[in-house]
Amino acid sequence: MTSLANKPALSLSRVAIYAVLIVAVFIYLVPLVVMLLTSFKSPEDIGSGNLLSWPTEVTAIGWIKAWATVKGYFWNSFLITVPAVLISTTIGALNGYVLSMWRFRGSQLFFGLLLFGCFLPFQTVLLPASFTLGKMGLASTTTGLVFVHVVYGLAFTTLFFRNYYVSIPDALVKAARLDGAGFFTIFRRIILPMSTPIIMVCLIWQFTQIWNDFLFGVVFSSGDSQPITVALNNLVNTSTGVKEYNVDMAAAMIAGLPTLLVYVVAGKYFVRGLTAGAVKG
Amino acid sequence: MATLELRNVNKTYGAGLPDTLKNIELSIKEGEFLILVGPSGCGKSTLMNCIAGLENITGGAIMIGDQDVSGMSPKDRDIAMVFQSYALYPTMSVRENIEFGLKIRKMNQADIDAEVARVAKLLQIEHLLNRKPGQLSGGQQQRVAMGRALARRPKIYLFDEPLSNLDAKLRVEMRTEMKLMHQRLKTTTVYVTHDQIEAMTLGDKVAVMKDGIIQQFGTPKQIYNDPANLFVASFIGSPPMNFIPLRLQRKDGRLVALLDSGQARCELPMSMNDAGLEDREVILGLRPEQIVLASGDTAGLPTLRAEVQVTEPTGPDTLVFVTLNESKVCCRLAPDIAPAVGETLTLQFDPAKVLLFDAKTGERLGVLAPSQPVENMGNVTRLNRN
Repeated sequence: MTSLANKPALSLSRVAIYAVLIVAVFIYLVPLVVMLLTSFKSPEDIGSGNLLSWPTEVTAIGWIKAWATVKGYFWNSFLITVPAVLISTTIGALNGYVLSMWRFRGSQLFFGLLLFGCFLPFQTVLLPASFTLGKMGLASTTTGLVFVHVVYGLAFTTLFFRNYYVSIPDALVKAARLDGAGFFTIFRRIILPMSTPIIMVCLIWQFTQIWNDFLFGVVFSSGDSQPITVALNNLVNTSTGVKEYNVDMAAAMIAGLPTLLVYVVAGKYFVRGLTAGAVKG
Repeated sequence: MATLELRNVNKTYGAGLPDTLKNIELSIKEGEFLILVGPSGCGKSTLMNCIAGLENITGGAIMIGDQDVSGMSPKDRDIAMVFQSYALYPTMSVRENIEFGLKIRKMNQADIDAEVARVAKLLQIEHLLNRKPGQLSGGQQQRVAMGRALARRPKIYLFDEPLSNLDAKLRVEMRTEMKLMHQRLKTTTVYVTHDQIEAMTLGDKVAVMKDGIIQQFGTPKQIYNDPANLFVASFIGSPPMNFIPLRLQRKDGRLVALLDSGQARCELPMSMNDAGLEDREVILGLRPEQIVLASGDTAGLPTLRAEVQVTEPTGPDTLVFVTLNESKVCCRLAPDIAPAVGETLTLQFDPAKVLLFDAKTGERLGVLAPSQPVENMGNVTRLNRN
């Protein structure tokens, strides 16, 4: 009897749970598997074979062709994303710092209005944004696109930082002020070092948003300065010649890799930061 | 080190809102320990923040030494503060926490090292210098917070309920330690607390606050023996003062209070003999230790037999509760007196120490007379019912 009790119970319900989970995993993985398999197939293979079948010969030709096509746009995306993420995160951190620890008359209203930015759909800002960019002489430039991403992202980054800083006790800022520290010294020496987890959250969020953006990219850039999402669309939607599914799939994978990488690398820091930053108030 | 003087300080958070601080007027000498005590919401922490410069006052002046600091920013006031939550910078080590204010003030590194060493030795935290605040116990964090304040050698130290996050035993230990430290360093200190025992034990001067108004400002002894009103009398002292509402009568030309235990009655002659008090609704205040068991030494004092309703042996004392004039009255008796519930005790009162308060306003009535010999207190009549 005791030996039975020590064994993990493999009851019917447990089996059912695993069965459901395995089915769910399968359903979610199928598209990725199809993409991967297709990207390594030759065009003839795709034309003749079953969608799910193993490639008859593994070839990287799709990846090579895809990279040659999207390479320039891939770097464009970096040129847009990296500055936009860094600037919006920095300003968001400062905003959050002011709105939580240096409140002024009307700061709650200010924050409330800023939050509207989180609920505005992309489409509604297209026209005003292009008008503004035109006035600023930044239409169809990478700088202009970065500017739009920064402004649009500020609502989110401010919200993240403000909500994180609200939980930091006021007494810390008071103590630092009595110690003689000023606005920026307190931010740099005391608040920023405590902010690792929320910086990570903000970077991941902003990177994903901006890298994956299509609408702003297609509207506010043109020709050689377009981001990879637009280039991918152009590649996949060409209506001339034979469809090169292997190239399409490889290009889509290339476009998705950086965000995947950010999650894998920074996600770890994120969890670590969350636990290491836990200090009793 | 410096004197601190508050001149008619007022604070309000906006027109139409009630005043948070009203006409605060007090001053302490160099090296004195001032306690601001009161229930939560009485404005004591706001007053402290105003002294520190973290909040602006809307009227009056704050003088440190002979300088008006009311318009200055916190860093220019030369003040250090210990917070209830300690407010240690969590990402810095203990050493960095203590150094922070010194570095900002551009002290050179050799002096900083010497100062950190001095403070660490004083507070016995040398072995903790490289740890982060998160790795310290509550008591250790408290020491570090004090160390950070001591390191700057400011003119005035502010303590905002520094002991209230500690457990009961540690709190008592740290209380004694703070007193020792103050005796040694002779620093001008303002200390906010809601704990009346901390107020009594630590302070040279105590300001009892309520609703943004200083109810009484004086030495702990004055506050305890000569409270200005019902609030101060009830707030200071543990177990609290007994209050018996009654009407004073005149017997043989003397004002007397008639006490009734249900078993017997006695007349308590008043030391004040103000004509205005006669036949007036008053509240009689009597501290638990002013009610004693009748014995030969205290003959001549009014006595009264009363039935014991509850006893609470605390160790050093036995608290006995009886009913007088339908009010529950606590008597603080010696620990070896262990009366059973229902037993009848003969109690004695010292009329010289009885306080009177106005039943409506709570203000003190009649000035406490200088202690008079017992025989001058007049005849004591005992009325036995049975």
